[in-house]
Amino acid sequence: MLLQKRLEKKVNRMKNKTIKVDYLARVEGEGSLLVKIKNDKVSEVEFKIFEPPRFFEAFLRGRHFTEVPDITARICGICPVAYQMSSIHALENILQVKVDPQIRELRRLLYCGEWIESHVLHIYMLHAPDFLGYEDAIQLAGVSPEVVKKGLQLKKAGNDIVNLLGGREIHPINVRVGGFYKIPSRQEFSKLAEKLKHAQDIAIETVKLTSTFQFPKFEQDYEFVALKHPKEYPFNEGRLVSNKGLNINVNEYENYFHEEHVRHSNALQSAKNNDGIYFVGPLARYNLNFDKLPDSIKELAKEVNMLPPCNNPFKSITVRAIETLYACQEALRIIEQFEMPEKPFAEIQPREGTGYGCTEAPRGILYHKYRMDANGIIQEAKIVPPTSQNQKQIENDLFSFVSKNINLPTDELTWKCEQTVRNYDPCISCATHFLKLNFVRE
Amino acid sequence: MASKEKPKLAVWKFASCDGCQLSLLDCEDELLSVAGAIEIANFPEASRAVVKGPYDISLVEGSITTPHDAERIHKIRRQSKFLITIGACATAGGIQALKNFKDVKEFIRLVYANPSYIETLNTSTPISNHIHVDYELHGCPVNKYQLIEIINAFLNNRKPNIAPHSVCIDCKLKGNVCITVAHGTACLGPVTHTGCNALCPSYNRGCFGCYGPKETPNTGSLADWMSKHGFREEEIVRSFRGFNAFAEAFRKESESHEK
Repeated sequence: MLLQKRLEKKVNRMKNKTIKVDYLARVEGEGSLLVKIKNDKVSEVEFKIFEPPRFFEAFLRGRHFTEVPDITARICGICPVAYQMSSIHALENILQVKVDPQIRELRRLLYCGEWIESHVLHIYMLHAPDFLGYEDAIQLAGVSPEVVKKGLQLKKAGNDIVNLLGGREIHPINVRVGGFYKIPSRQEFSKLAEKLKHAQDIAIETVKLTSTFQFPKFEQDYEFVALKHPKEYPFNEGRLVSNKGLNINVNEYENYFHEEHVRHSNALQSAKNNDGIYFVGPLARYNLNFDKLPDSIKELAKEVNMLPPCNNPFKSITVRAIETLYACQEALRIIEQFEMPEKPFAEIQPREGTGYGCTEAPRGILYHKYRMDANGIIQEAKIVPPTSQNQKQIENDLFSFVSKNINLPTDELTWKCEQTVRNYDPCISCATHFLKLNFVRE
Repeated sequence: MASKEKPKLAVWKFASCDGCQLSLLDCEDELLSVAGAIEIANFPEASRAVVKGPYDISLVEGSITTPHDAERIHKIRRQSKFLITIGACATAGGIQALKNFKDVKEFIRLVYANPSYIETLNTSTPISNHIHVDYELHGCPVNKYQLIEIINAFLNNRKPNIAPHSVCIDCKLKGNVCITVAHGTACLGPVTHTGCNALCPSYNRGCFGCYGPKETPNTGSLADWMSKHGFREEEIVRSFRGFNAFAEAFRKESESHEK
């Protein structure tokens, strides 16, 4: 009798369990994970963000527009260029600045650098160890030093671009509304090109390597949202589109999306009005913009069996590698066709108004809106980072993944859950800095 | 006899952008050598493996902005032989210390959709306001070579070799034309700690103080120069109120120009 009771208890324990990761590793920032299972069913999922709020949108009020790109860069040490780019586009939207076509190209070049640096950090240091069964890249380097060394070399090529054009890799100083403070010389660009040619080869190897990983069978019916431009793979410009019929101007963003404040997260969560959850980032961009990639990359994608649509978020590691390769090639193209513009920046007079900007950060669309007075002082700022937009999607994936793999041993399931989160390369620092603090003015 | 065990390094994060700890991962050419010389015992951004303390060196990024973090930093101190703070957030409160100049409580109560969900202190303060710190490495972000130098110095029980002079001196050493003298551009170079090798002036723009005040900075004299050259009081306030706004010298200077 006693034995039977014990047995029942044991069975119950197996049916009810809690997966808890108090401090998620290999993501940028502070987050945790909680999955509750009751009677063999997932009852609760929380991707919790406890990173302390930093209130950027409040600090931006009262600052001069020329200071904005330097301040927004500090939101994230991993993707400062994205914050600078979205802010200058939104501000130039108010100021009605016409930028020299070469400046526009150099902005794409700078973005290439950030995509390479950020994607490769994620591929080699944060994500690949999961697929290969290591705790981190240092362990991996102990077994396959060449792989990690090549990864670091590729990452460095991205940082070299940001270093040259931005002045330094973290919080670049050379970006300003209207252009750049200074444009590097042709010789400096040529040196960079040589490094990028090597990087390109490593990027091809990276695509091939990651495509051989074992991916869990996990496909979902997602709504992907990304920028789409008529001629280019998107960085700075385009319309916001989705695979489910969305097609809007950037300035209509707030008519279609809203933010919610939930108890378990220090970051606001974004949702699409009416249909809720959506997906931003490399996988979304790739599925919606594959036609804009050069033929050689399309062929490689076919060779490694990665033709879109790709609905398995675990495969995002290969998509990041493909985008890294694209960024290397695009950077080389820009450098080859570069002509020194007459002036490094456009002269600007402050102007009253509201402006909108949205660019493709490494992790997905990053939306900025500013209202400015006639003296160029910011009156209101709104910033929606990609990780806020993916939060609900991440929780949704966790729910589905655990439901489908409920019988895995807890240790393994926990690691797989962490991996499910890492698929999105969440930048928690970004997401949390936007708890809004509004002012009441009389 | 020296122990054969590698010294243990831990990296801790408080309110910050992750950029300073990323500097360690940005040491592409040196990272594997560093990892060969020390055991990375606790570095969640890079690894899910955690080795228990105590740690030989703790690097601390970020500022204290929540009651929970104000507790947590004491636990970290107790486990660390040397504790080094890295970056403007950890050494001066960071950009988020701009809230120290305002009444945050009032704002939160008035405004949040769900204010009760938010737990935040009224201030963002440097780590050294809470515990004893063995060394402060300044910068927004820190200079990665200085970061390696600090780790190296502490592992070898020697004094870190970090120059204390101003950005202004770097410009002279580089042979830059002074942008203030030549173009009337406002530049915090004369009062800002070196570390960037006069990056902004080399890119034709004024220094905006990423590395915080140098020792004994004459901020008053610089502010006078700005006034004489037509900068308004609010512009002077803003120029001292950046990523190191709460560092004492910059804080006092900005406050003296308010109203």
